[in-house]
Amino acid sequence: MIGLPPFTQRIVITGIGLTSPNGNSLAEYRAALLAGVSGVRPYNIRYVGDTLAGVCNFDEHRHQSKKDRRRGTRAGSISIYCAREAVLDSGLDWENIDRSRVGVYLGVTEHGNVETENEINEIKGYDYDTSVWSHHHNPRTVANNPAGEITLNMGITGPHYTIGAACAAGNAGLIQGTQMLRLGECDLAICGGVSESIHTFGIFAGFASQGALATHEDPTKASRPFDKNRNGIVVSEGGCLYILERYEDACRRGAKIYGEIAGYAMNSDASDFVLPNPTEQARCVQMALDKARLEPNDIGIVSTHATATGAGDIQECTALRNVFADSPDVLVNNTKSFIGHAMGAAGALELAGNLPAFTDGVAHATINVDDLDPDCALPGLVLNQPRDGQAITSILNNSFGMLGINSTLIVTKV
Amino acid sequence: MTTTDIRTEILDILSDIAPDEDLTKLNDEENFRAQMELDSMDFLDIVMELRKRHRVQIPEDDYVHLASMNSTVKYLEPLMKDM
Repeated sequence: MIGLPPFTQRIVITGIGLTSPNGNSLAEYRAALLAGVSGVRPYNIRYVGDTLAGVCNFDEHRHQSKKDRRRGTRAGSISIYCAREAVLDSGLDWENIDRSRVGVYLGVTEHGNVETENEINEIKGYDYDTSVWSHHHNPRTVANNPAGEITLNMGITGPHYTIGAACAAGNAGLIQGTQMLRLGECDLAICGGVSESIHTFGIFAGFASQGALATHEDPTKASRPFDKNRNGIVVSEGGCLYILERYEDACRRGAKIYGEIAGYAMNSDASDFVLPNPTEQARCVQMALDKARLEPNDIGIVSTHATATGAGDIQECTALRNVFADSPDVLVNNTKSFIGHAMGAAGALELAGNLPAFTDGVAHATINVDDLDPDCALPGLVLNQPRDGQAITSILNNSFGMLGINSTLIVTKV
Repeated sequence: MTTTDIRTEILDILSDIAPDEDLTKLNDEENFRAQMELDSMDFLDIVMELRKRHRVQIPEDDYVHLASMNSTVKYLEPLMKDM
């Protein structure tokens, strides 16, 4: 490392709130990842029927009234839960925070499909009479809805919006929060990613038509990135929001610091609607390393995006092989093997599950690899069992998405 | 529907719209808004539920009649008496 950015440019993570199919707090989630506990289960959704999904079971009414839940969306409810939990975790004196200086930046893969499908299903029972189409439809489906619900619930009068970034959205939310803090647009950022996608039949039907929806007689074995017999994606819901602050603010209040946003990059493949491009993915990873002023050998864990599709897994491994060719000791893992693909929340959740490695020195595994695809046989893959006794000081988190959107985020131990 | 049936139906709709409220102490003569946290979107929910459940169409100019339980029941009585 050449040197650190000026204090005002150093952005750190001081709070995490999450809901994942296998845990409703970082502690629960991390324990599940280390114990090999999957969150994938049987699931049924209209038109598609029986399938598999990662389903969250957080208490929706812990931070939200029944009335507000009824009026809002599942994504909004997930967002409120994660934001409130992140603030509690941060130890911030929330009642005395200047909420006009709080920014809310949420990554989403999509928003509005769930609510639109629900309304169409509702008016179907009225012979498609649009006079019974809900007046709640527009506030539920505006793209800023999940972020806006947080501001309503928490009395935040700073900026809020969502960042539509396909499955790169979780990283994109964190990058946006970092940038806004550096620009002085806010003093505290609540950011990350959320997804309610399991409540839209369209995403399941779309992946099925694409030949990319996972099936397996044992739901916990369905999500199998890097396994030769993988057969597609398990769709999941979830959310993971972070409290980001400037380093000096965090130090001043004696906050617990999970890590520092050391580097990031986003770029585009410009080559295909769905097929990833390893050349541009590698460039994204390299740009993030350059921004963090780190060499590949400095990275402790690479948290992969791999979704358990043949093309996607192999392309990412090709990209990583290019960048980490001379770094065989860098550990590589994958969280989707436990929780499926949490879409807009994926990148944020996958980073969070790895952050405790800074303190416990354990790299969680990639589970469900019974027959490793030789094209994915990266030397540092942590297969099926966690690896302890590691001195982890940096984590590189990949998140890629359709239309060729790539994101890489690097977090370092402080 | 009798006035009692209509009142029961309105209570059921209100319990859906405002699930956090205790409706057992609702004063039928007093405005809903003085007793419950209801905004304009909630009143549209009442209108929407009556439309969905009973095909009762309430013109916007008549929304003022939905102020209290008594005024609502009085307004709906002729519209729902044959249901």
